[in-house]
Amino acid sequence: MRKPLTILVSVDSNSILLGARHLKNYLLSLINKYNLGDMVEVLETGSFGKYGDKPLFLLLPDNRIYGLQQKEDVDKFVEEQLLKGRPIDDLIIEDIDIPGAVEATERTEENRIVLKRIGSIDPRNIEEFIAMDGYQSLSKALKTDRDELLRTVKESNLRGRGGAGFPTGLKWEFTKNVKAKDKFVVCNADEGEPGTFKDRLIMEGDPHSVIEGMAIAGYVVGANKGYIYIRGEYFESVNNLKIAIDQAYEYGLLGKNIMGTDFNFDLSVRLGAGAYVCGEETALIESIEGKSGRPRLKPPYPPVKGLYEKPTVVNNVETFANIPDIVNNGSEWFKSIGTESSAGTKVFCLCGNVVNKGITEVPMGVTVADLLYKYGGGISEGRKLKMVQTGGAAGTFITPEELSTPLDFDSPKNYGISLGSGVILVIDDTNCAVDIALNLMEFFEHESCGKCTPCREGTKLIVHYLRELSKGRGTREMIDNLYDIADNMEKTSFCGLGQSVPIPLRSILDRFKEEFLQHVGAERCPAGVCVFEKGKKEPRKARLLF
Amino acid sequence: MSTEKIKEKVLDSYNECKKDSLNDDDILLNTLHSLQKEFDGYIPLEAAEILSELMDKPTSRINEVLTFYTMLSTKERGKYIIRVCKSLPCHVANGEKVINQLKKRLKIDFGETTEDGLFTLEQSSCLGLCGVSPVMLINDEAYGNLTPEKVDKIIDKITEEERGASK
Repeated sequence: MRKPLTILVSVDSNSILLGARHLKNYLLSLINKYNLGDMVEVLETGSFGKYGDKPLFLLLPDNRIYGLQQKEDVDKFVEEQLLKGRPIDDLIIEDIDIPGAVEATERTEENRIVLKRIGSIDPRNIEEFIAMDGYQSLSKALKTDRDELLRTVKESNLRGRGGAGFPTGLKWEFTKNVKAKDKFVVCNADEGEPGTFKDRLIMEGDPHSVIEGMAIAGYVVGANKGYIYIRGEYFESVNNLKIAIDQAYEYGLLGKNIMGTDFNFDLSVRLGAGAYVCGEETALIESIEGKSGRPRLKPPYPPVKGLYEKPTVVNNVETFANIPDIVNNGSEWFKSIGTESSAGTKVFCLCGNVVNKGITEVPMGVTVADLLYKYGGGISEGRKLKMVQTGGAAGTFITPEELSTPLDFDSPKNYGISLGSGVILVIDDTNCAVDIALNLMEFFEHESCGKCTPCREGTKLIVHYLRELSKGRGTREMIDNLYDIADNMEKTSFCGLGQSVPIPLRSILDRFKEEFLQHVGAERCPAGVCVFEKGKKEPRKARLLF
Repeated sequence: MSTEKIKEKVLDSYNECKKDSLNDDDILLNTLHSLQKEFDGYIPLEAAEILSELMDKPTSRINEVLTFYTMLSTKERGKYIIRVCKSLPCHVANGEKVINQLKKRLKIDFGETTEDGLFTLEQSSCLGLCGVSPVMLINDEAYGNLTPEKVDKIIDKITEEERGASK
């Protein structure tokens, strides 16, 4: 029997570390104490999409979200709200809308495709997924002709959500057309692009949607084996996915003769071990094969020759999570959302100096300004915006004047601004452009795999120059040299990692040239961030050979 | 630890991971993760040698993989491995102060272990917890919205617990 009141507790990893599980257990103990067990159901769910400094509790059917930070808040919540039915205004968080729960929200239902179940189901319970149309589209797919399914995916114009934006249908077609006994489907869940945490929240909050998308892909291209390659640091996602896979096997949705058809599909989770380069698909494939994650020479591309030299579809988590709804609702429906070049929605990750950090799913073509102010609530602590980095570490820096730029797959071509993996990293005016550039380039230096010289040495040289600038020992020539190295790396690096380093470097140099020059021959850093050490010499080990 | 004991542990990990195998060698990384857990934070050379026999691979191959990935270690590490995020989203949220506090408090630099063998400090690239930056992982537990004061409290708590346990 359904209990009159339901409380949903968000227990994604961000919330857990704000103390969500701890407070939930305390809430349960109070419910027992007051004998409310028959009245109130407490359920765990994924992310509500936003974070503050408190764990969030959604009370249904009242539709109120409470932010409860400490035990005293829970006491008050139980005594006032649950026992007496009086809302507690200062604990209620107003502006969070929950899909399917709130009727009159600004966002229409179509705007949530990938995130529609997250925050309303228990990710560790397959039945809740099934109750929200889960595995319906796999069932539909298995009764549909493979060519027709492929046509639907192709015509939907779905493009890869990992950053590169390659048409998904086309990728599938390449693999489908190769005649081979073994083929593979691989989910790229090695989410390492700094600022990106959407895949984590999808896998933690709705793991079955990824499994369903992968099984459909396997059916279309004729693959019987699949891997989810996931970051080793994503403990919660790994757990939820493993549970989900076990449940899917139990329900006959993975394994042999799925849903009574002759389609077999096995799925297994593989852990990464802290290498950003493994997000590159061929490096990822090498890693699954039990090798160091160094990229392969392309072509041949994975759809033709991938894992174990067999045709392999590699797609991002968010891409797979889009598949079930496209199969269910058709390509025209999907194309009706977003822009001409980029159908559908995108999950954006808001982070940095922004009021509401978190994820939001909106149609493609949304402007940076809308993301920052409408969904993000503006700059934190009322400070001034200095720049925004869009698209992740390999994305572009933009100035406040460029905020009205719409984001879709054509933004790089039309405006020189990256969509990438959907990161909106907000940076306020207490930061220094040279320091930002240095931090970012240290990341690439650390993550360069060392296979090719331009990337291995180029990133080292860039960091060296930027460090000199940040210590007040820089010269104009160094700034010119940075452009030279960028050109060199773009033209000669072996894989996408090295080739994309110039994108953020050039964009920050172009837009903040003045500030870089202010570090040359100056007495102090204009933003007061860099600590100048003019007299000191660089320790020998860090000095370069040329 | 005796060779027999090491052998047993490697065999157990390998057989457990093998259940998930769909193809040759596809369980190497999973096995290494599991071994690292078994040996409390690192993989001794002897274990790598035994694994190389089991998988019929030269030890150099196993070692190449071991040393390529940041999360895996061939060196003994502290009981608590602190992985603190150095990437830009944490950096702009005062992550630098958190890192400096960790170094100051523990009196070690990145890649080093405290004298009592309790903590190893490592830098990490983005941990995907940018909703609550700055963040760090201590073993598999995450801590967010960090400040230098919070760092002190967390380290204090662990140190005290350890002191209590050793009494």
